[in-house]
Amino acid sequence: MIIAEKKPIEEVIEMVKDFRKILIVGCNECVTVCEAGGKREVAVLASSLRMYFMNQGKDTQIDEVTLERQCDREYLEEIRNRIEQYDVVISLACGVGVQFLAETYSRFPVYPGVNTCFMGVTEERGVWSERCQGCGQCILGSTGGICPISRCAKRLLNGPCGGSTKGKCEISKDLDCAWQLIIDRLKELDRLDEYEQIAPIKDWSTERAGGPRRVVREDVRQ
Amino acid sequence: MSVKTPSRLEKILDSGQLAVTSECGPPRGSDPEAITKKAKMIRNYVDAINITDNQTSVTRLCSLAACIHLKLMGIEPTLQMVVRDRNRIALQSDILGAASFDIHNILCLSGDHQKFGDCPQGQNVFDIDSMQLIQTVRHMRDEGKFLGGDDIQRPPQMFVGAAANPFADPFEIRVPRLAKKVAAGAEFIQTQCIYNLDKFELWMKQARDRGLHEKIYILAGVTPFKSVGMAKYMKNRVPGMDVPDDVVKRMAGVPKEKQPEEGIAICVETIQRLKECEGVRGFHIMAIEWEEKVPEIVERSGLYPRPRD
Repeated sequence: MIIAEKKPIEEVIEMVKDFRKILIVGCNECVTVCEAGGKREVAVLASSLRMYFMNQGKDTQIDEVTLERQCDREYLEEIRNRIEQYDVVISLACGVGVQFLAETYSRFPVYPGVNTCFMGVTEERGVWSERCQGCGQCILGSTGGICPISRCAKRLLNGPCGGSTKGKCEISKDLDCAWQLIIDRLKELDRLDEYEQIAPIKDWSTERAGGPRRVVREDVRQ
Repeated sequence: MSVKTPSRLEKILDSGQLAVTSECGPPRGSDPEAITKKAKMIRNYVDAINITDNQTSVTRLCSLAACIHLKLMGIEPTLQMVVRDRNRIALQSDILGAASFDIHNILCLSGDHQKFGDCPQGQNVFDIDSMQLIQTVRHMRDEGKFLGGDDIQRPPQMFVGAAANPFADPFEIRVPRLAKKVAAGAEFIQTQCIYNLDKFELWMKQARDRGLHEKIYILAGVTPFKSVGMAKYMKNRVPGMDVPDDVVKRMAGVPKEKQPEEGIAICVETIQRLKECEGVRGFHIMAIEWEEKVPEIVERSGLYPRPRD
């Protein structure tokens, strides 16, 4: 899923302090699971803002809604009738949702309430970590199911570098060396001999480097 | 192995003599004297001088320009090139730039993560990795072609080196990794600083068991300690460094003013012991900001005089 973090309240206040009718829009998908932008976080942000405006002596209307998804038009349509009453929208969806909302309602200022971080997993409640950078050409089959692009600080395809120490990355003792993990896994699978195959220079054109990406599937297109 | 480039370093290694290389870090400014002064101190004691490429990710005068300064002095440079800061266009372009000055040695490296340097908020590139940079230089040299497939007019003639750290983890792949660099096309290796000689000799033995010592020239890396503080710093703070306790103890066991001398003694003893290690074809002396000691280390290790052309 997409992992996001709540923006500091001060930053959100700075963005919306001059508006008087605010709609906070949560998302029921990834950001709910990572506890950054679901129904509960919408409520928490709403009450923080109410308190701020009350202390400022400013009469401000703050309403809450949480959509099933903000990355699908059909769910964004659900607020078409009520959005007219507001002068600003704060979206707690990931950057994808914020943009699609802004695209759908282009007359309204839309501000982000979270920082979108990465595609990752829940290691345990309160701990999320990255697993994929969407390079568009998956190589997990040759790396024992561990991605060096998202998990090695230098995205080395032929690692590890000389900085790998006791299973940890040179940049942080809290970070596993991806190549240590790959080697351990290859060993477990009795495939360590594959380590000596040199990974070829990667075609990054399917990654961010190739420009904004698009997938078109004629077979499912309507 | 046969000579494939005009590199003097390659010629000396091919002749069977122990080679001696050293390195200089470029300045954090544009004064060329910072380079030329260090180079003058050591030029008669080494066969080639590496110029580091923004080492530890601290911004400095570029390796290529510093190499050109050496070349103009008649000294053979080794261009260190990291893949952290340049994509494949810039790497190939800089290789050609170096080749246009007849720089004949290159050392292909990943580069420390930018987190350690003066621009921790900067982007990194890592378009290709150090293994693939080795392949790239060999491809440009041997095929005379760019990665994109077009012909290169006057291809680079570079003796291709790589680094090896016998002490990084996991140890079991250190030799397979060396084999991988050989397969990628590396022709010489400069190792990480050696303080744990037993472990280094074990690594060399495993390399010999696979016959790798006959496929690549291995230059053992040494760095003299200036003080016990430096030994402790290297032991505890430098990633992938293996400094055994007894070495730290030995440095701590002499008074502060005698520590530089002790550091040089350890370095000389290391070289003397490793001269006997089969497969070690030379030494890479990294006297960090202590270049003036290189002549003494070379002389006391019995590596002077250097071969003349």
